[in-house]
Amino acid sequence: MKTLLVSDHDNKTLSEATAKALSCAVSLGGEVDVVIAGKGCRAVAEQAAQLSSVARVLLADADAYEHVLAEPFAALIVSLAAPYDAIVAPSTSSGRNILPRVAALLDVMQISDVSRVLAPDTFERPIYAGNVIETVRTTDKKKVITVRTTAFPRAAGGGTASIESIRAVADPGTSQFESEELHASARAELTSARIIISGGRALQSRENFTKYIDPIADKLGAAIGASRAAVDAGYAPNDWQVGQTGKIVAPDLYIAAGISGAIQHLAGIKDAKIIVAINKDPDAPIFQVADYGLVADLYTALPEMAAELAKSHA
Amino acid sequence: MKILVPVKRVVDANAHVRVKADGSGVDLSGVKMSINPFDEIAVEEATRLKEKGSAAEIVCVSIGPAEAAEVLRSAFAIGADRGQLVIGEGDLEPLAVAKILKAVIEKENPQLVILGKQAIDYDNDQTGQMLAGLLGWPQATFASNVTIEGDQVQVTREVDGGHQTVRLRLPAIITCDLRLNTPRFAALPSIMKAKKKPIEQKSVDSYGVDLKPRLQVLKLAEPPRRKAGIKVKSVTELLDKLRNEAGVI
Ligand SMILES: Cc1cc2nc3c(=O)[nH]c(=O)nc-3n(C[C@H](O)[C@H](O)[C@H](O)COP(=O)(O)OP(=O)(O)OC[C@H]3O[C@@H](n4cnc5c(N)ncnc54)[C@H](O)[C@@H]3O)c2cc1C
Ligand SMILES: Cc1cc2nc3c(=O)[nH]c(=O)nc-3n(C[C@H](O)[C@H](O)[C@H](O)COP(=O)(O)OP(=O)(O)OC[C@H]3O[C@@H](n4cnc5c(N)ncnc54)[C@H](O)[C@@H]3O)c2cc1C
Repeated sequence: MKTLLVSDHDNKTLSEATAKALSCAVSLGGEVDVVIAGKGCRAVAEQAAQLSSVARVLLADADAYEHVLAEPFAALIVSLAAPYDAIVAPSTSSGRNILPRVAALLDVMQISDVSRVLAPDTFERPIYAGNVIETVRTTDKKKVITVRTTAFPRAAGGGTASIESIRAVADPGTSQFESEELHASARAELTSARIIISGGRALQSRENFTKYIDPIADKLGAAIGASRAAVDAGYAPNDWQVGQTGKIVAPDLYIAAGISGAIQHLAGIKDAKIIVAINKDPDAPIFQVADYGLVADLYTALPEMAAELAKSHA
Repeated sequence: MKILVPVKRVVDANAHVRVKADGSGVDLSGVKMSINPFDEIAVEEATRLKEKGSAAEIVCVSIGPAEAAEVLRSAFAIGADRGQLVIGEGDLEPLAVAKILKAVIEKENPQLVILGKQAIDYDNDQTGQMLAGLLGWPQATFASNVTIEGDQVQVTREVDGGHQTVRLRLPAIITCDLRLNTPRFAALPSIMKAKKKPIEQKSVDSYGVDLKPRLQVLKLAEPPRRKAGIKVKSVTELLDKLRNEAGVI
């Protein structure tokens, strides 16, 4: 068994999601190589080399890989695929973009969003917004897998893998990067945060997110999330959306303020250890899954909470 | 320019699904079925491109049971011009769906294919990317804005940290995210007109592609349900519980 892990990074830092997907890759049994493709990304390769149980790090440093465009990236992975029994990537937006293209080029049926490895060919994955867990066995010789990273622990450090430079392959040249707008934030990242506070439609504006949610996030060192309704209405940026079609999160504490608890939202928070709901409607469905429910107007409850936290942290 | 939009018939987003007692499948008897919400967004986008003069014709394809004709009618009511219904019973995996779509595309020659980013039943998020790979076409997944400029298309994509804008050479594949548009409410005259639009029927076997499933579904099960906890009376009590009972802050 030999596995190739496709990494996710921003040319500077290896993502937390990659370190978690590595745990999944290791549980397949056998050796794991990690491929880092990007531009000026040697530092990322060095971080990968320090993760435990990595055999080799393959570094492809070229202009074509700077922005993780699917066409050149998939061509590279396909060119490396021959000696591997499995190709694994985290279910991040880049993993989800690239891996199915790789799978099709290898004539393999991808297994999406694996949440548990039962055997090297048998996996669990959530379907129907997490309301059903499917156990599937693949008959493909090569396996192509994306990993639901909230289901796996981060791989430990202490590794000393070798780094080998590999050559770029021909870029089909059919796509071109134009620009990007990334929301830099000093806050914890949603998919790896220990505490998350999310706001829903009830927040009514972007200003209210800043006024009512930020102070609590500051005090708790929490990441901020949102419901789809809040994102659609422009109260919060798109990458804050938690749920079936947004981010899947698994914090120790998830605070939902002014969120009703639609199944699509709940799909994203099923693995939270503790769920707190603050909602003025005692019949809101969110209370059916909340460990602690507070029936209250968030416009009084949140400032009160911020004030109490300020007291105890002072 | 011709746009092709694959539309899938899925369990309605508001329906509750239950696993059959023997774990062999999901019980869909009496459950409401609808057009996949993302595909509705894809049809709306194609319709807007046609209204702007960027496209001349919109063809929709659905692969599934005979009842999938209903989702083609939903697509017609938004603005699609004609449909292809590829009838097949049983489990078609995204790879097989992509192979059938490739065969349809080679005959129809569209310049642009818009799919949903994921079907809300199996949540695979694969079909568009696989199709792009099989055709050797460029792809832009998770689109939140689409502009046609001559023989190119500019697409803004929703990515983990924000947005990325790319330019693709046509022909190309796009998969759409939630915020690409809000589909119109089909008015009665559009629904009436939709009944008259043509649907061509074929069988999945008529394409000569390999449809053999690669995955065996061994079991379906419902995950342990979360139970409702307790109601607290005040913010003070809540913080006390979080500190001293749950130990999470
Ligand atoms: C295909 C599809 C995919 C989707 N994907 C997602 C997804 O990934 N994530 C997601 O979140 N949703 C998703 N949705 C949308 C989902 O169905 C709900 O519409 C959405 O989650 C509702 O957001 P909300 O809870 O903020 O708004 P609402 O349902 O409107 O709830 C607002 C809540 O705030 C409460 N409230 C109002 N005022 C106050 C106040 N002053 N103080 C306290 N409480 C107050 C109300 O009682 C209510 O419960 C999806 C839907 C579809 C069809
Ligand atoms: C009775 C039955 C049982 C099944 N059981 C399983 C199962 O247990 N596990 C499983 O993984 N699959 C199962 N399938 C197959 C499943 O229905 C999907 O067709 C397949 O998995 C495609 O995945 P997706 O819909 O999640 O694709 P995605 O890649 O998420 O779909 C993305 C987009 O591709 C297009 N698309 C996808 N499928 C079609 C289609 N049929 N027609 C037109 N456009 C389409 C749409 O634009 C869609 O928005 C079953 C099918 C049947 C009929």
